[in-house]
Amino acid sequence: MMPNTQTSKTPMPTRDPKERVRDFGEVATGYTAEMAINEAARCLDCKNSPCVSGCPVGIAIPRFIRHLKSGDCEGAYRVILESSSLPAVCGRVCPQESQCESKCVRGIKGEPVAIGRLERYAADAHVEGPREEKRETNGRKVAVIGSGPSGLACAASLAGKGYAVTVFEALHEAGGVLTYGIPGFRLPGSIVKAEIGRLTARGVKIEKNTVIGRTLTVDELFENGFEAVFIGTGAGLPSFMGIPGESLCGVYSANEFLTRVNLMRAYEKGAATPVSPLGQTVVVGGGNVAMDAARTALRMGASGVKIVYRRGERELPARKEEVEHAKEEGVEFCLLRNPVEILGYENEDRKDTRAGRVRGVRVIRMELGEPDERGRRRPVEVRGSEYDMACDTLIMAIGTSPNPLIKQTTAGLETDKKGLPCDQRGRDGHLAPRRFCGRRRRHGRRDGHPRDGRGEEGGGGDRRVSEGKTERITGRMRFFRLFVNEKRSAYAYF
Amino acid sequence: MYRILEKKTLAPSVIEMQIDAPLVARSAQAGQFIILRVDADGERIPLTVAGQDRARGSVKIIFGAVGATTMRLARKEAGDHIEDFVGPLGRPTVTENIRRALVVGGGVGTAIALPVAEKLHGEGKFVHSIVGFRNKDLVILKEDFAACSDLFDLVTDDGSAGRKALVTLPLKEALEKGGYDCMIAIGPLPMMKYAVETCRPYGIRTVVSMNPIMIDGTGMCGCCRLTVGGKMRFACVDGPDFDGYEVDFDEAIARSGQYREEEARRREEACRLFEGVK
Repeated sequence: MMPNTQTSKTPMPTRDPKERVRDFGEVATGYTAEMAINEAARCLDCKNSPCVSGCPVGIAIPRFIRHLKSGDCEGAYRVILESSSLPAVCGRVCPQESQCESKCVRGIKGEPVAIGRLERYAADAHVEGPREEKRETNGRKVAVIGSGPSGLACAASLAGKGYAVTVFEALHEAGGVLTYGIPGFRLPGSIVKAEIGRLTARGVKIEKNTVIGRTLTVDELFENGFEAVFIGTGAGLPSFMGIPGESLCGVYSANEFLTRVNLMRAYEKGAATPVSPLGQTVVVGGGNVAMDAARTALRMGASGVKIVYRRGERELPARKEEVEHAKEEGVEFCLLRNPVEILGYENEDRKDTRAGRVRGVRVIRMELGEPDERGRRRPVEVRGSEYDMACDTLIMAIGTSPNPLIKQTTAGLETDKKGLPCDQRGRDGHLAPRRFCGRRRRHGRRDGHPRDGRGEEGGGGDRRVSEGKTERITGRMRFFRLFVNEKRSAYAYF
Repeated sequence: MYRILEKKTLAPSVIEMQIDAPLVARSAQAGQFIILRVDADGERIPLTVAGQDRARGSVKIIFGAVGATTMRLARKEAGDHIEDFVGPLGRPTVTENIRRALVVGGGVGTAIALPVAEKLHGEGKFVHSIVGFRNKDLVILKEDFAACSDLFDLVTDDGSAGRKALVTLPLKEALEKGGYDCMIAIGPLPMMKYAVETCRPYGIRTVVSMNPIMIDGTGMCGCCRLTVGGKMRFACVDGPDFDGYEVDFDEAIARSGQYREEEARRREEACRLFEGVK
């Protein structure tokens, strides 16, 4: 069959910006069968499959697309499932443009094949399909801490190998960032629920309202018969800039703002966990979380939303599609600007009921200097260029750091400078044989064979059980570890 | 779902409940808190643990039915269930290096001061408790405090029980006498602020238990941030106990009123819903 020579991606149907900005329904409605077949036909089925090397879990991309060419969604889905546990999620929120699609040969002249959209299409066609059968476990218990993308992927992988997996979640709903963070217009809650439902149908237990490190410690998990513990607690602690005014009322971390809206449903009338009227809203940051916060603010009735980001348009770390959607919806981009102070209504006039609330933000212009170690041009302040922007709400979306709770409560768990658990090494400094180590990956950089990310046995003494996939999802899940109590020796069967 | 094993009314609108939560009961310590949701559409509210029965697997909470959620909770009876109950969260109160302590409690906050006083008493330390209420109808746990205190002062705003004074008066008298090495205050923000200010000239260690607005309670949202010693701290993971001298109380008071309008509206709705409960 001749490939489709169309140079651009088959467009993704999206809802009218004017209509969609009034609700939390999904923005991109997904390919139809015809669109999927048309787009699949753009794949050249290259022998060396460069796209696969761009995928953190090495999905056999040309092979799944081959199934789609003939309209075989189920076949395509099964191929994806060989390598990935959360296709409906990843098809929507992976940064494909910097991963698989960046390697696509079609991208040299024109746009690459829309691999992400095809993955989503194959997954969606299945979500409504038959449920998974519950399988007998091998009776070996593994604990997974955190039910975010990392934990879910790990649980799926281990359950597939027959382990009796229990996932511990601190909140009252499973899904981690997929539930509290990513809004429904980008990743509908029903998709997340369906993926979690697939896991529980396979026998994975999910214990909600359980904070490991407080309700139970890691050591107690071992005492309770878990042979291995996977730490997938993510990087959930919000960062602030350390500038004056960050504790004013009306200043939120993106985590708080998104949690109020997504997890606690502040958008429902009379919601128990509200957000104050937003008014003019400034979102600081340029990543996916900043885009999510900005677009959520619009949907929550903000009178205007501005993104303040210290670098330029090309440097925005968010997925291109999210930036485009944000612009279509009316988010204004104030690039090469950085906040230096958040301004509040003064406390002196006590009659002013707004005292202690934010009234604006002082920003400074930036210009791009020399590239940093990651190759991104470093933003430099333009001296004396400060000016004030009025706003009623300010949302900080400048990143997060690892939650230190597990480290604080687990004796002997080594962490690096940033607080990420390290590979648990033996006393001689080498990876101890028969310990389980996840593989740490930097966002956008592969540092291991994709096989490492799928819970298969690695070579030599260390066996890796982890899911690189989660890296693709958020770009923030920088660590996940399985480690085993020294007293246990029965963990060589992974 | 978590079962309510027992319910007692300690004073008008002040209710004690024993919740069936064995894992929480097993590890809870004085000073820690739990987060609960009454119903599936409810908000998450933090309540400090008022005690635990490890053998029975129950956790004691004491709360004032003053907001929409606590009013909903107050409508539940023994045998009913609440949707979510997670904990223990936060760090336990540190009682090391204390010989003679002043434990100051205000209003419903005295319910949380009690386990701290009991812990100190159990460790053989000298405990001087000072508890204050608006009037005699609101006095709770008087006998329990008397039982674990070497000295006990009860004050009310109107003098209808104990002395007519604010807690700062007996506190100042005690500080004048001297011999105390720590003051632990638990109660409304203004009370804690002035208790700390009363101690400042005497320079003894102060500990306050902060209870800001929270959502997740595990460090994820940053809603509960406070300025302590000029640095941003999260009450849920770094606290809830902090050095009283270092806490920026004015900021904490402003932040605690952030949703005053929404809260008032929801409270009114709840009042209408539960006619007669006011």
